[in-house]
Amino acid sequence: MVVQTESFVMLSIVLFVLGAMGVLLRRNAIMVFMSIELMLNAANLALVAFARYWGNETGQLFVFFVITVAAAEVAVGLALIVAIFRSKRSINIDELHEMKG
Amino acid sequence: MAYYPQLVSLIILIPAIGAFINIFWGARLGEKWVGTVATVASALAFVIAVLLFVYLEGSGYEAVVINPPIFDGWIQIPAGEVVIPWQQRVDTLSSTMMLIITGIGTLIHVYSISYMHGDARFHRYFAYLNMFLAFMLVLVTANNFLMMFVGWEGVGLCSFLLIGFWFDKAHGVGWRNTMAANKAMLLNRIGDFGVVMSVLIMFWTFGTTDYFRPAEIVNVHLAEEAAHAAEAAHSEEGAVAAEGEAANKPGDVVLAQEGEGEGAAAEEAHGEEHSTPGVVYVNNDHIETDQLGVFGQAERFLDEGRVIDIGPVQLPFSTWLTIMTLFLVLGVTGKSAQIPLFTWLPDAMAGPTPASALIHAATMVTAGVYIMVRSNVLFYYAPVTSFVVAMIGALTALVAGFIAMGQWDIKRVLAYSTVSQLGFMVAAVGIGAYAAAIFHLVTHAFFKALLFLGSGSVIHAMEHGHHHAHSHGHGHDDEHHGDDHHDAHEEEFDPQDMRNMGGLRRKMPLTFITYLFGTLALAGIFPFAGFWSKDEILADSWVAGFDNNNLAGYIVFIILLMAAAFTAFYMWRQIVLVFFGKPRTEAAEHAPESSRLITIPLVILGFFSLGIGFMNTPSYVLGLDNIFGAHLFTDRLEYSVSKAHASEFNLLIALGATALAVAAMFLANNIYRRSAIIEARRDPLEMLPTTAPFWSLANARMYWDAFYSRVFARPFTRIAYFLSDVVDWRFLHDYFHDVVIWKGFNAAAQGLSKPVDLGVIDGAVNGVGRVFGWLSSQLRQIQTGYVRTYALSLLVGVVLVILVILLPLLQRG
Repeated sequence: MVVQTESFVMLSIVLFVLGAMGVLLRRNAIMVFMSIELMLNAANLALVAFARYWGNETGQLFVFFVITVAAAEVAVGLALIVAIFRSKRSINIDELHEMKG
Repeated sequence: MAYYPQLVSLIILIPAIGAFINIFWGARLGEKWVGTVATVASALAFVIAVLLFVYLEGSGYEAVVINPPIFDGWIQIPAGEVVIPWQQRVDTLSSTMMLIITGIGTLIHVYSISYMHGDARFHRYFAYLNMFLAFMLVLVTANNFLMMFVGWEGVGLCSFLLIGFWFDKAHGVGWRNTMAANKAMLLNRIGDFGVVMSVLIMFWTFGTTDYFRPAEIVNVHLAEEAAHAAEAAHSEEGAVAAEGEAANKPGDVVLAQEGEGEGAAAEEAHGEEHSTPGVVYVNNDHIETDQLGVFGQAERFLDEGRVIDIGPVQLPFSTWLTIMTLFLVLGVTGKSAQIPLFTWLPDAMAGPTPASALIHAATMVTAGVYIMVRSNVLFYYAPVTSFVVAMIGALTALVAGFIAMGQWDIKRVLAYSTVSQLGFMVAAVGIGAYAAAIFHLVTHAFFKALLFLGSGSVIHAMEHGHHHAHSHGHGHDDEHHGDDHHDAHEEEFDPQDMRNMGGLRRKMPLTFITYLFGTLALAGIFPFAGFWSKDEILADSWVAGFDNNNLAGYIVFIILLMAAAFTAFYMWRQIVLVFFGKPRTEAAEHAPESSRLITIPLVILGFFSLGIGFMNTPSYVLGLDNIFGAHLFTDRLEYSVSKAHASEFNLLIALGATALAVAAMFLANNIYRRSAIIEARRDPLEMLPTTAPFWSLANARMYWDAFYSRVFARPFTRIAYFLSDVVDWRFLHDYFHDVVIWKGFNAAAQGLSKPVDLGVIDGAVNGVGRVFGWLSSQLRQIQTGYVRTYALSLLVGVVLVILVILLPLLQRG
């Protein structure tokens, strides 16, 4: 059976919305981080799906780059979270509002 | 011989250099050198004047016009083609004036060395004196009216400087001197206005101010006569001899071209060469009218009967000429101290006495007479002006002579006498006796300089005598000179008051004798100089009146006869008061004879006062004309003064005038020998009921000065006070400046500063700031610091962007 491209896109949308909701609603920085990863992977999924639909490998290639960059981003992000936790003893992002204007 | 006329530029330059040296280095040079420099400069000028005289004698009195190299064409207006050359004229008239100015000037320089000894501004005095000589020589050697005017103003300046020379004397005397100088300056300004007007009219009418152009023949009549003589010689002796004779014979005038070729080829600066070499002209007919000088053109205009178009009015040229000359006469009344501007001259005696002698007696004040004689052509053809001139002269002679009889100041008497004698000269011009006017000018220069220097010697001696008499009293630190040192005690003593003198005959014999010579010359006693010149004026006025039936002639004759009697009277009164009787003060008792530097010029001038009259002996007088020649001076003068003429000797007039003078002197002698009254410091005439009013009128100077002061000076002062106090101070300063400008400015500034500056400008600036502050404070609200807020806004933004991108697609599809 051939899975319809629409199904991939729908899944991707669901995943993206889930990620977005997580970013907006979660207070734990780790959870927010994970939600961002979810959104990235939703986008990856969409890219791959469209690449398959068009028969064009550029999209799939692009996904590799995204994954690579996401890995780097995770490294930096987690390091930041660790540093914040060390100074604040908390990773609740609602407590981190020193940037208030 | 040929290059002598070129020296005439040096005659100005040398005194100018002398003045320059003395004004800049005089203070360092010391008295001896200052005096030497000034006197040598003057003497060199005299030597040049003599050389020029000799040249004229040798060249047949032919006028020469010189263009000094530096100033050639000194006023040039490129667009207007106006060239007013700095040209000097050497002819018999200017040579006469140069001789007098430099000759008497040199004597006065010598005299001044002694007279001014010890003065704090010794060098400045000599610088002024030299400067005066330079300007006076500019005046008399000029070949055009404008250059003459340069000298005219220059001598006026020197006169001003020398009248006010002792401006810093103590006890208000310095102030008086300053006022006298100002008075001279102001009255001369009135006159100078006339001169300027006259010169401008000339320039406007003729397009030139030159007296004569270089190629012109001044006296056509003489030139024609000489041509006839030459022709006669030519026909008798053959061509070659005549050529030679024409070139060399003195008295031959036809040599306008020869003169140029010989001496002054360079002078033809701007004029065209009208003459073909070899052709000898006897008149100016070959010259275009506009190439002639002022006088030549005036004669042409009269011949043509030209009408002058001045704007709305058209005047015949003769009327125009009258206006022109009347303006000139105004200038003459200023400079030559005639009615109505004569009141400055008596006050001008505030200056040092030798300067008075040179400037205010011998030379400068005669400039007016000189310029009238120089313009004799104009006056000759303007009978109305001539009549006015005659009346002015005669009246001045009478009035000044009358006033002189009532004065006590020795110099003031001489000053009024000068005014009176100038009146004689001016009257002579008025009746057309131009030669007689210049003749009287010359003789008067000698004897009036003599009298002034004599009076200076007397004053000097009186001051010395006064110092001597009082030298026991105080420290006497100013041994040398009393002129500008007076302490309070001495102020009461006036060394010029004749009441303080008396008996000086024995104290100062040399001064007395020379003074007597001067007096006799002035009174017109045979054979002194004044006799000849005064007699010539009287004879000329007699001829003008009784032979030519000229009204001015009668009037002038009668008035001048009276004035001559006055002259003799006041001069003998002065002699008696000063030299005869007993000394009336200690100062007179101790007056010493002056030093040799003072007496030698007196003796020289005394000699000339005796002898100078013989240079113009009329014909057929006692055989004197066989010794001295008949009216030589007039003949000589005719070469430059074309309307001059020699007068016949009239024995009756000569005898009558002399008898009148002698009678006046006897009368004065009888009156003033009664010294008792004078010792009471009163005049004998003042005591007689019949003469008292007249005497006090004369003593009050006929109220001329009072009248001027009441009518002109005081209202003028009042207007000036009004202008300064009310208009300037109270209105302009107190009201306009303080109220209108200052307060108005303040009010305006405050009005601007509070509402405008603080309100509008500051408000705008601060308002902008406040608006942005408020805006930013509002905008700051969105910066919550909560990451999730940012994320939400990011999301919203992304959704919006997507919508914006997708909307067109959705609409399309």
